[in-house]
Amino acid sequence: MRKYTPKDNVQGKSYYTDRFWVAPRVPRMEVEEGSHFANVLKALGKKAKETYIEIGTLVIHIDAKKNLEIIKILKEKCGYTQCSEQSAVDYLANDGEFELFYQLLNITEAKRIRVVCRLKKGAAIESITPLFKSANFAEREMFDMFGIYVNNHPFLKRILMPDDWHGHPLLKTYPLHGDEAASWYEVDKIFGKEYRDVIGPENRDPSRIDRYDTKRFSRVGYEVPFGADISEGEKENPIEYSETILVDYTKDSGKQLDERR
Amino acid sequence: MQQPNKLTPFFENLNFERDDNTMVINFGPQHPSAHGQLRLVLELEGEQVVKAYPDIGYLHRGIEKMAENMTYNEFLPTTDRLDYIASTSNNYAYALAVEKLLGIEAPRRAQVIRTMLLELNRIISHLFFIATHALDVGAMSVFLYAFREREFAMDLMEDYCGARLTHSAVRIGGVPLDLPSGWVEKLASFCSKVEYELEHTYNALLQENRIWKMRLENVGVISAEEALSWGCTGPMLRGSGVNWDIRKEEPYELYSELDFDIPVSDRCDSYGRYRLYMEEMGQSVRILRQLIPMYSKTEPQLMAHAPQYISAPKEEIMTQNYALMQHFVLVTQGMRPPKGEVYVPTESPKGELGFYIKSEGEPYAYRLKCRAPSFFHTGLLQEILVGTYIADVVTIIGTTNIVFGEVDR
Repeated sequence: MRKYTPKDNVQGKSYYTDRFWVAPRVPRMEVEEGSHFANVLKALGKKAKETYIEIGTLVIHIDAKKNLEIIKILKEKCGYTQCSEQSAVDYLANDGEFELFYQLLNITEAKRIRVVCRLKKGAAIESITPLFKSANFAEREMFDMFGIYVNNHPFLKRILMPDDWHGHPLLKTYPLHGDEAASWYEVDKIFGKEYRDVIGPENRDPSRIDRYDTKRFSRVGYEVPFGADISEGEKENPIEYSETILVDYTKDSGKQLDERR
Repeated sequence: MQQPNKLTPFFENLNFERDDNTMVINFGPQHPSAHGQLRLVLELEGEQVVKAYPDIGYLHRGIEKMAENMTYNEFLPTTDRLDYIASTSNNYAYALAVEKLLGIEAPRRAQVIRTMLLELNRIISHLFFIATHALDVGAMSVFLYAFREREFAMDLMEDYCGARLTHSAVRIGGVPLDLPSGWVEKLASFCSKVEYELEHTYNALLQENRIWKMRLENVGVISAEEALSWGCTGPMLRGSGVNWDIRKEEPYELYSELDFDIPVSDRCDSYGRYRLYMEEMGQSVRILRQLIPMYSKTEPQLMAHAPQYISAPKEEIMTQNYALMQHFVLVTQGMRPPKGEVYVPTESPKGELGFYIKSEGEPYAYRLKCRAPSFFHTGLLQEILVGTYIADVVTIIGTTNIVFGEVDR
């Protein structure tokens, strides 16, 4: 029987995992009283659902519907004036949700926080471009890579992939080497879908090399006439250099530099 | 209106024939001063830019996707291909993020070597910037001189790790090799060479050059608030008068022990940024000079001791059975960091290069996000290009110092 591979996560997996092995967790610290992070949490009040410090960064879990409101408080009251990064993590296979994160930076205090929210599949998130213009590109990339729609984005469009691309590459359901549509992308675009059969899978890859095709390929040192059959092997055709024009550097004619200038 | 059919497909939603007076042109993706594969759709009113739309993705290789399908050590050479001008800074940013996740620290000698390599890469990258920026603006000879010094720096990198562009000179937990004999002396002579050339060649050619100043002054002006809002980092942010350098504010490696200044310019224009790059090269030379005596005072250990995550030294693997078993597991299965997420920013030559890694305790990262400075600097183009003249577009693209390896990833 063929080995079962889950279809909801087709990414690389370890070939062997000890059945009793339990992964430890990076320690999560409580926010200390009177610290800068404690003031941040005070400003947010009950809007912050779960908070802890993980590797020096304050992580705040929030409700996805309140993202703009909370990040506005963080920007205007707590001095988080830069959004370094904004993207998502695909947890569709486990929970049917995306995890979105906003990595914010406070330049005066040199502190970083990460605002994390969960978003159901198919739901849209509110854009934070009114607060941070950097989110313009970041949210477009998130849409391109995960298919997460962003409400009130000025120009929500694919950014890295072509506009007519099929699928969202960073989803766990998307294979590393691309899906069926990806492998036929150029053929579909230039010739049309009906040409898939005419061209065939062997010709859709322009960088494909056929060892025995003497019409389009030749081997240096093994040249044969055009279209000759070489399935039985070909005769070696040694390269001869003209001594008068070319210098043969294999002989002791060159000067070897032993020290770099 | 385009009439798409099989032979003339509908490529982009562009309208070249309009009723008003504006003209839409494609700047790139093959333009020599587009610094790689930047396609910039410009709407022009006469010679003035009315609207700019940067279109990226021509160098997209799915590096974040590859990270999810590779073990942590396998992915490290891939980070070379992000900012290929200064690849050690990418290797380092990634290695540091994984080290933070694992909770390990590189030994002292590895830290000295890493800091040396990072600053050497900063010089390489800044020399490349000054060369290409001057070439874009029209000063041809600077290009030749700057590339000469860059070659010397790349020779040093080659002597250390064997590669000139894709270094992979950093490993998770340390560095793979000790410095070869005589390397430190070569570095010292390179430092004095760069310092001399900085003063006598680049500054002499550019700093008070009338044409250079006319082309750069008050071009690409961006205020501090705008720079913060657009996610600008590195010289783009410091050029707008914001004193923010991660090496100083959130020190990593040996930067807290080193004595160096952060140049800041409040001119907010391309000329101020150009001055910053020049000053930063001088500061890098200063850092390298301090690192040279530190190197000889360190113990020879190069990789951190963390048998669960990092293979033992070669002698132990060859002589001790348990070290060999662990090495075998680490090579075939890969290390399994604890569950957790981490975002580690570093000051790469171009700005804040950060890696967000989400680990689920598997040998493969569950999600890796590379926060590349150039990506956000490219986004900025749609705002600062508006209202400028077409001749300044090249200057502004040059001054953002974007590298498409890390924009498209």
